[in-house]
Amino acid sequence: MLIDGPINARTIVSANETARAAGLHVGQRLSAAQALLSQFEAIPYDRESVERWLHFLAAVAYRYSSEVSLLPHAIVLEVSKSMGLFGPWPRLESMLRADFTDLGFRHRMAAAPTAHAAHVLTTVSDGQAVLSVDNLRNALQRVPIAKSRLPANALAALPSMGIRTVGQVLALPRDGLRRRFGAELLASLDRLTGDLPSGLELYRPPDTFDLRIELLHEVENQSALIFPVRRMVDDLAAYLAGRDGGVQRFLLRLEHREGRFTDVPVGLLASERDGALLFEFARGRLEHVTLPEPVLALRLIARDLPAFVPAGRDLFDERPANALPIEQVRERLRARLGDGAVYRLGSTQDPRPERAQREATHDEVPIEPHPRPTWLLPRPIPLRGGEPTILAGPERLETGWWDGGEVCRDYYVIETSLGQEAWAFCAPDEQTGWMIHGWFA
Amino acid sequence: MNAVVPLSTLLDARQVWRGRAHEVSVGDQPTGWCALDAVLPAGGWPEASLSEILLPVDGVGELRLVLPTLARLTQGQRNVVIVSPPYAPCVAGWRQQGVDMRRVEFVDAGEKDVLWATEQCLRSGSCAAVLAWTHHADDRALRRLQVAAVTGQALAFVFRDRSHLSNASPAALRLELEAPPRPQIWVRKCRGGAVPAQAIPLPRSVH
Repeated sequence: MLIDGPINARTIVSANETARAAGLHVGQRLSAAQALLSQFEAIPYDRESVERWLHFLAAVAYRYSSEVSLLPHAIVLEVSKSMGLFGPWPRLESMLRADFTDLGFRHRMAAAPTAHAAHVLTTVSDGQAVLSVDNLRNALQRVPIAKSRLPANALAALPSMGIRTVGQVLALPRDGLRRRFGAELLASLDRLTGDLPSGLELYRPPDTFDLRIELLHEVENQSALIFPVRRMVDDLAAYLAGRDGGVQRFLLRLEHREGRFTDVPVGLLASERDGALLFEFARGRLEHVTLPEPVLALRLIARDLPAFVPAGRDLFDERPANALPIEQVRERLRARLGDGAVYRLGSTQDPRPERAQREATHDEVPIEPHPRPTWLLPRPIPLRGGEPTILAGPERLETGWWDGGEVCRDYYVIETSLGQEAWAFCAPDEQTGWMIHGWFA
Repeated sequence: MNAVVPLSTLLDARQVWRGRAHEVSVGDQPTGWCALDAVLPAGGWPEASLSEILLPVDGVGELRLVLPTLARLTQGQRNVVIVSPPYAPCVAGWRQQGVDMRRVEFVDAGEKDVLWATEQCLRSGSCAAVLAWTHHADDRALRRLQVAAVTGQALAFVFRDRSHLSNASPAALRLELEAPPRPQIWVRKCRGGAVPAQAIPLPRSVH
């Protein structure tokens, strides 16, 4: 049984079947319940955790539809487009149910042409599927007013007017309804039938995963942590599948008393999202940890969530599976080394060596017929040592008089006295005062 | 004590593990230098492995050694990454050797990031070859590169100073270049084969 409210006026939020059979009901005071039933387990209702789990399930459902919205205690998916991918509704329904059951959640599910109608149908019964607008009106006809999720003032007043089903409300004249209950009731009805768009905000999965589980008792032995870790990693895997992403690094935080904690980082070489695989890695790390103190709670934090590249590619692709495209590699390098750190070089039309190449140029330039070195010095350096041997040349470059960068040089391929091959120049017709401009490495 | 135990019983009982020479398949990565290909066990660069090239100084023929390979890879529409080269590459010279410069990425990385960048490129699987110049690579770092090369099925080339020759290396192939006047290549280690006793001459570029 879940209880909520200020400490002196606790009320029941939810009760299981046994409790209901004993006469307890939702909205009852805890004191009244205690008078009716001597022994029951009362668990405080944790709004934050409900909210958190609702978001978690939305992230799981995101796998099946890009349009996921949150309603109070419900998740709505737009499935008409998803059915093209996952098959007709019964099949999609069983996949969704299997996912939620595996994660340990009880649920009710219904399909309807509008989000609000689906929400209402789940409160009536589990597993209804209304797939056309015509059938929707029929299905709504018999829905009791108390379960219709219409505005509260209407819910309170309509039954006393003898109106017990949604069908009866829909049959009433709209003008009268507006006068009596305001525009809000009409808008709710229209959203139910699809005459108004649902106006729900779309759910966006969060960019980080952060899950905390409090243990029921203090754990001193890490083998007892394996089971909760398995559960957490499975949740992470479900979240990743919904996001169509992977995880490369995550952190297991073992929380001790008084805010102290032990961090167990788990790093992967490539991004992964398979639950069993992630669990193996996490367990491997956990086994090497010696617990300094008993553990009270576990937290799993995953911030680094890169795209997941599934194995297997083009049949004739030579690259290994899970290859990262070169563009992504460039991005990753740029992110760490700076924007200018990754570049391609191309030839330009300019014959001057200083200007003959430039970053990111795609000019179609014919290949230079004269010898060119493979290393280019940033600026020419004077040749030291003995007289060089000329291997090839001269090649005269006399250009640039129009833009202030005039050069007039004779280029030679020389062998220095140490035996290195260099690309050097000197003043025209002089063959002295050598300046080395590149190496034939 | 029954000292005499037939070896076959031990082997059959699987109490003795018998090491086996690692088979080296003939690879598909010729260096472009016939004399060198002839002595290397894989008939070229060891595939998806680290090759270490040790130099006395820069500019003694290290590019002449690898440019035929780069030309072959880039013409086959494969990407090649050059990490922190010691000088600016001369595009005209590289193109003369047949390298398609549109397929060559240059990465300027600080000394601390050279190994990281190299590993990222190797591991990505989208680079056919990654060339890196590094001063501070230790055994552990090279081992990482070797593993990354296997993962990404790429050729890794690391250019280092000759002084590292005395240190053990996890590289599958170690070549040492000898400076002019007698430019030649010594094979110092090659996985899967005996180290050839003689150096291979490294001819000059033809002008």
